[in-house]
Amino acid sequence: MADDVILVADGVQRVFGGLTAVDVDHVEVPRGRITALIGPNGAGKTTLFNLLTGFDKPTEGSWSFDGHQLAGVPAHKVARYGMVRTFQLTKALSKMSVLDNMRLAAPDQSGERILTSLVPGTWRARERAVTEEAEALLERFNLAHMRDDYAGTLSGGQRKLLEMARALMAKPKMLMLDEPMAGVNPALVQSLLEHIKQLRTDGMTVLFVEHDMDVVMGISDQVVCMAEGQVISVGTPHHVGSDPKVIEAYLGLRRAVEFEEGYVEGHGG
Amino acid sequence: MDVVETLTESMRQAVGPQAAAFAIAAVGINLQFGYTGLLNFGQVAFLLAGAYGLGITVDAGGSFWLGLVVAITSAVLLAFLLGVPTLRLRADYLAIVTVATGEILRLVVGSAWGGDNLGTGGPQGVKEVTGVFRDLNPIPDGSYGFSSFRFESQTLWVTLVGWTLALAATLLVRQLVRSPWGRVLRSIREDEDAARSLGKNVFAYKMQSLALGGVMGAIGGIIITLNFTSVIPDYFIPTVTFFAYAVVILGGAGSVWGPLVGSVIFWFVIQFSESSLDATVPEDILSSQDLAALRFVLVGVLLMALMVFRPQGLLGKKEELLADG
Ligand SMILES: Nc1ncnc2c1ncn2[C@@H]1O[C@H](COP(=O)(O)OP(=O)(O)O)[C@@H](O)[C@H]1O
Ligand SMILES: [Mg+2]
Repeated sequence: MADDVILVADGVQRVFGGLTAVDVDHVEVPRGRITALIGPNGAGKTTLFNLLTGFDKPTEGSWSFDGHQLAGVPAHKVARYGMVRTFQLTKALSKMSVLDNMRLAAPDQSGERILTSLVPGTWRARERAVTEEAEALLERFNLAHMRDDYAGTLSGGQRKLLEMARALMAKPKMLMLDEPMAGVNPALVQSLLEHIKQLRTDGMTVLFVEHDMDVVMGISDQVVCMAEGQVISVGTPHHVGSDPKVIEAYLGLRRAVEFEEGYVEGHGG
Repeated sequence: MDVVETLTESMRQAVGPQAAAFAIAAVGINLQFGYTGLLNFGQVAFLLAGAYGLGITVDAGGSFWLGLVVAITSAVLLAFLLGVPTLRLRADYLAIVTVATGEILRLVVGSAWGGDNLGTGGPQGVKEVTGVFRDLNPIPDGSYGFSSFRFESQTLWVTLVGWTLALAATLLVRQLVRSPWGRVLRSIREDEDAARSLGKNVFAYKMQSLALGGVMGAIGGIIITLNFTSVIPDYFIPTVTFFAYAVVILGGAGSVWGPLVGSVIFWFVIQFSESSLDATVPEDILSSQDLAALRFVLVGVLLMALMVFRPQGLLGKKEELLADG
């Protein structure tokens, strides 16, 4: 793939006690594309997400994002550089309203500084703009009617939507979604996929974790497959889907049926 | 038992200088615990820093105003000392370090060594520390009020200043928590990783909250000092922190006016139970020492009942509790 690369990681390793959870020699994410990170449970996908975004420290390794060397950079700075992630276990802020969840995420809010916060005149205009932006996104994600409800009252699927919409409020250059479709009912999955495709159309880079091959086949430009901490296959969905190493990794975890069904359907469709 | 006497005496406690001081310290805890989720179990250390900052300065010949500056600065330094090593760690580390620091400080300032080397006056503490504050009192000499609800001019002066500061602290917190700054605090209280993932410097916000809440603790300590006109090491026992937490929980953690209302009710109940128990239980059944203990048992039962019937506190929002999960 000759595209401009937004994220490159080299030799990233994370050891927990005796277990090497992540041992990635080299991985790249092309700008403006959708990349799927697949692999059986325990492959190290979430750990890799945590490392890349500064939520965990690697035993060794280096990576750069959009011109910034990120090793050792704290999580909040990574987010400010434009690499914004969501969590496998949704982190909707339950005791805050849906709208406040959204507004929180907006960058460059002078009202978030302790001294200026005391002078509402200095941040009201920004707050209004942030609110308008939030409302537009909520509209797009079909959450507008819940705007004033506590986020804790949302269904599991709605929380996934909220978390994604909230991440977008942070103005990411690359959106990293950890299993955005997990536990979401099939009707919502379709709309989530549409949202992700729309992001690519808008020029954003998306990296998402998923193990349903069906989904991956349909929308990704590049697929990265991990197993036991290592990247075992990279390429187009078709290439990775038919890679014997990938099939073996899934078979090894008795996921053969699930995988092959997904593969055949995805391939045919 | 004289009901009127008991009631008026309890009212006097409820609006007196001690209640005002606890209200201010509780506004600080409310900011730290109620809005940010920080477990500062050593608020008493901040009261102590305020009290001794003023006391030592005035005793050494400094002015009252310089004493205030030293008091507030000590509280901010203490917040950094406590916060820097702990605020990046799990919440319980702050709790352990703060509770231990409170005890260490009390033992050090109250020791003969502290008296010799730090000017704390050792076990006797520092006397006559009010400086120019007494002279600023605009209230003519005399005693004001009725029945047991009665304040001397000086006490009334401290009380007025105390409640004015409590009100100011409350309005400051109200403004802060309604701003985007407060929104970040609430997000940290709920899930600091979520806040981080959205680009918020969680450590800096926790530090600000700890320091500002600590300064309020110091102001509470100053009010108590001005009321006693001296600094006494034995006052700064861990119970002070837990009373202040009781005040916050009673009023409703995370509610703007909770600490003020909580402090008034807390001190009313403390005094009311003491007076009424004193008057009704004969000495040969329970000694006055046992009675003093019994009233805290009563306060504990009251708090438990509150948690059962109104877990969000008197002014807290029930919906917030329900939105959990
Ligand atoms: N904090 C941790 N401590 C110890 N082991 C961990 C920790 N986090 C993850 N692991 C282990 O690392 C491996 C990879 O986990 P994870 O990254 O969650 O996989 P995936 O997201 O691909 O399912 C698993 O074997 C898991 O048990
Ligand atoms: Mg995972």
